[in-house]
Amino acid sequence: MPDARFEELSLPLFDQLYNFAHWLTQDRSEAEDLVQETYAKALRGFAGFQAGTNFRAWIFRILRNTFLTSRTGLKFAGQEDVEVDSIASVDPSPEATLIGKADRKVVREALQELPVSFREILLLCDVEDMAYDEIAQVLAIPIGTVMSRVHRARKALRSKLIEGVKGGSHGV
Amino acid sequence: MACESFSEKLDAYVDGELPAAQEKELATHLRGCAPCAADALERVQMKQSVADAGKYYEPSAEFRKKIEGSVRTRSKHGSFWGWQVVALPAALVLIISLSMGFLVSREKAKRDRVYSELADLHVATLASATPVDVVSTDRHTVKPWFEGKLPFTFNLPELAGSDFSLVGGRVTYLQQTPGAQLIYRIRKHEISVFIVQDRGADAASWASDPLSLLSFTFETWSKNGLRYFVVGDTSAADIDALSRLLRDAG
Repeated sequence: MPDARFEELSLPLFDQLYNFAHWLTQDRSEAEDLVQETYAKALRGFAGFQAGTNFRAWIFRILRNTFLTSRTGLKFAGQEDVEVDSIASVDPSPEATLIGKADRKVVREALQELPVSFREILLLCDVEDMAYDEIAQVLAIPIGTVMSRVHRARKALRSKLIEGVKGGSHGV
Repeated sequence: MACESFSEKLDAYVDGELPAAQEKELATHLRGCAPCAADALERVQMKQSVADAGKYYEPSAEFRKKIEGSVRTRSKHGSFWGWQVVALPAALVLIISLSMGFLVSREKAKRDRVYSELADLHVATLASATPVDVVSTDRHTVKPWFEGKLPFTFNLPELAGSDFSLVGGRVTYLQQTPGAQLIYRIRKHEISVFIVQDRGADAASWASDPLSLLSFTFETWSKNGLRYFVVGDTSAADIDALSRLLRDAG
């Protein structure tokens, strides 16, 4: 009986889980392994999932924990949030208008270059459109930490985007 | 000093995660502070860029089949035919109603994002030292100015006999697509009119009546393949009156 419910809950999330996995691993076959293992673990543990609670947060959390213990994930284990306080604080400079014009490729490259902890939180917040309390469940951190990490992640992304847009315009 | 404390909250603000009281306080601040309004606008744009660029990797068809197969095959084990007959219709109703609710809330979230982007653009434009790129009260000057700058043309209304006056216009970007922004004035209130190409699929999800959000009034409609948004902090009656003039002209 719970299996039919698992199918209904988990299959609609397949594309999102895959996209997230590929962003984390940066590799198609590793992303597939990660998603497959996530589904296997989630199915095995589904009896422990409490109906009425957030299934999406639950399965994203499984995927993310599986990633952290994978070979690629372990490489990032030591990679903590980079210090971004040294980055100049936001000011309405001519650069600011460049950000609105950054094309998808520049944004993608900037995201790829971010440390995993920043990349994953922006994906959950902006791509998956998760609320802070949902992100807190996925990442197993307090909401206050979600708030400050989103702030720092955007600051880091902003400086990468400015680099990217400037670099791109010089290159052409 | 004050801006410093607000700027730390801007990310939570654009994510809709600030408690109501703080959100209101920040919104009031943004209306009077050009640098913070520009900062907020930039963050909204960046959030939108990440949302667009981040939906990038798609699973292969084989892999999709593999996962679907593994989940579906297992579902059949241990499930009881008699139970399925009873539960399936109920489950279908549940899925349909859940996904409808989900779709509606996604649409609403998307709409709210557009409205807050519009409010930010409106505020940032008014706060700017050069709010308009073509300064003219004459629609026959403003309209041709846009030619060659936008992939579409539009008509502007004759305002003689109304309380509205045209201040000017500029090229803007809404949801990363180019559009026209016109500034009108009525009794010292400025109103922004945004004109962008309509994406047909969105048509049904927009309310046709004036709507108040974030202390602004919005009105929107689609005509001849263009979507119009009217945004301002004046009364709904004013917004509606200007919308009527534009509708008749377009």
